[in-house]
Amino acid sequence: MSDTQTSSTPRKILVLGATSGIAEATCRIWAAEGASFFLVARNAEKLAAVAADLKTRGASYIDTAVADLDDTDKHPALLAHAINSLTGMDIAYLAHGILGDQTHAEQDFNAAAQIIHTNFMAPVSLLTWLANFCVQRRSGTIAVLSSVAGDRGRRSNYAYGSSKAGLSAFLDGLRNRVDREGVKVITIKPGPVRTAMTAGMPKSEKFADVDAVAEAIVKAVAKGKDTVYVPFQWRAIMFVVRHIPERVFKKLNL
Amino acid sequence: MLESMPAAPQATEQLNLRVSEGQTPSAPFESWGRYPRYGANVIPLHWQSDFSAIAPGLLNGALAVGMGRSYGDVCLLKDGNLLVTTGMNRLIAFDAETGLLTAEAGMTLAQILDFAVPRGFFLPVTPGTKYVTLGGAIANDIHGKNHHMAGTFGCYVTEFELVRSDGSRRVCSPTQNPDWYAATIGGLGLTGFISWATLRLKPIVSRLIDYEGIQFHGIDEFLALTEQSKDVEYTVSWIDVTSTGKNFARGIFMQGDHSQKRDTLAPSPKPKLVFPFDAPGFALNRLSVSLFNTAFFHKQFSKHSVAVQDYEPFFYPLDKVLRWNRMYGKRGLLQFQYVIPWEHAKEGTIAILHEVAKSGLASFLAVLKAFGDVPSPGMMSFPKPGITLALDFPIKPDRTFPLVHWLADMVYEFGGRLYPAKDAAMTAAQFQAFYPQWQQFARYRDPLLSSSFWERVTGESSGI
Repeated sequence: MSDTQTSSTPRKILVLGATSGIAEATCRIWAAEGASFFLVARNAEKLAAVAADLKTRGASYIDTAVADLDDTDKHPALLAHAINSLTGMDIAYLAHGILGDQTHAEQDFNAAAQIIHTNFMAPVSLLTWLANFCVQRRSGTIAVLSSVAGDRGRRSNYAYGSSKAGLSAFLDGLRNRVDREGVKVITIKPGPVRTAMTAGMPKSEKFADVDAVAEAIVKAVAKGKDTVYVPFQWRAIMFVVRHIPERVFKKLNL
Repeated sequence: MLESMPAAPQATEQLNLRVSEGQTPSAPFESWGRYPRYGANVIPLHWQSDFSAIAPGLLNGALAVGMGRSYGDVCLLKDGNLLVTTGMNRLIAFDAETGLLTAEAGMTLAQILDFAVPRGFFLPVTPGTKYVTLGGAIANDIHGKNHHMAGTFGCYVTEFELVRSDGSRRVCSPTQNPDWYAATIGGLGLTGFISWATLRLKPIVSRLIDYEGIQFHGIDEFLALTEQSKDVEYTVSWIDVTSTGKNFARGIFMQGDHSQKRDTLAPSPKPKLVFPFDAPGFALNRLSVSLFNTAFFHKQFSKHSVAVQDYEPFFYPLDKVLRWNRMYGKRGLLQFQYVIPWEHAKEGTIAILHEVAKSGLASFLAVLKAFGDVPSPGMMSFPKPGITLALDFPIKPDRTFPLVHWLADMVYEFGGRLYPAKDAAMTAAQFQAFYPQWQQFARYRDPLLSSSFWERVTGESSGI
């Protein structure tokens, strides 16, 4: 329906980690605006369910690929195929990631390395290719899900947190490099959100609603923000967390 | 606040689903009446395949639940696993020619309306809240203000998939697996896991409802209005169940049709008000309730009023205040809804209204309606032709339960029955008398699935 259209030309969006709860909720809003999608995820059945939903909600075009994004060797071919399928790309949305298991990661380097690989190494590979593609065309928006957990390491999830800290720092630097080339890099830092990824965690009312988070992300992408905390209250919370003196912080149970 | 930041879970499955090992309940889950309250292991589901993936590992039984808007214990399972389906809310297909919409069972009616209204479609049947899931609407075979013309929700469910804990999957429709179709509609979620369903929506051209409200005094006037308005699509009456004497059974007959004048079809705004705390136990008393009832009756100044209003206040007046059930305080509320067939509908309703008024226990949300004769597709569906009355009682342990048991016996004497989705009190003997087909139904129950309701009404019987 025309009353829900906000952009005149439907956008072409590449989504990496399309079955992530936050990515899916975000794409539903873009789909209602008539966007075109290339969706990448690991699980074929889940990917098909997400694709059918977005198609029904009004996506003008959908193509998908099943891929394990840990396999960085396959990234260039995958990304090239996606952009060919979309005949261009306005937005790349990197949403894949794992929470991992902190206690396991404390004992087993391989578990920690897996978290770092999926949440940091693989995005670095994707971002390198995508940033160069966008710079060449002097256009495009790259929106990436990092996390408030990357703002300061805490005993309860520092393996996950450090992977996101690395990602946030990489994005700061990348933005510094490509912004002048007409390419937008947007760092999205969600607080805890009710999704499948957090399903095993004890819930409190502080967990944000995924649809509200998705709306904030769509707005941030439309405005071309640099770093955005969703919900916005987390900017203030993390400001405080970052400024607690280390001699106090190290004694807290966070 | 920091405690709620992302922390590594202690033990997660590959699917991130925590499987019950008989540990202490991980989260509270309340029904809308907030009575009874039981501990359970709450497991959120996000994908259609999740049920089959976790079913083999579930001990202590399981029950799929949606928004928890049923009032009593049909959506509870004491010390079992509650599989919350609201993360399973994807659309699968929509045909704008036929209005057939296929979606995962955890999608809410509110989400369906957000999608359908801007496309010129509406729910074929809607209850008094839009915050229920598609699966829950099927499992309770819900009804609405258009029952006298349209029948129940199940009449518009053209097909659905039923997944059993043994891994078998069945597509059920009136022609395909018709016995499973009939057992599952109104089957209280016990016949298997509903993964997706197809619903036939109906076209509208406007959000607006042509509304008419008419004051009435007594059941005779209510029945006369019902007869006059049998061609109006939506009819429902608010009734004062507290007054006696000349105000006995006074009420407002409310009716409406979808406006036929083309108008905007924008989606609804999101609700903002939340009832902020549990009201103290004394907040609802004889005086406050009777003041409310008098005020509500006279809110409509003239005997007759006509208006054009949006569908939201017409269908969902209480949805504006999220968590309004907190008004009843921590102890919660007991809902009570009966249907009495036409043969005894009038005398039965008058007799029950006298008992309720005499008790001084009822509160203000009492609703009276005539059911029509469209057959319900479910084996265990509640509606049948006659008069239905729904009311609620704040829980006063020593007085409310004896009254409700007594009223249930009266309903049985008049040939009627109670609505499981709104019950937390009927005895096993009463249930088995209301639904003599229950043993036939029990043959379709999935051995993994149960509810506190089911355990209560099929357990020890104490004689009616």
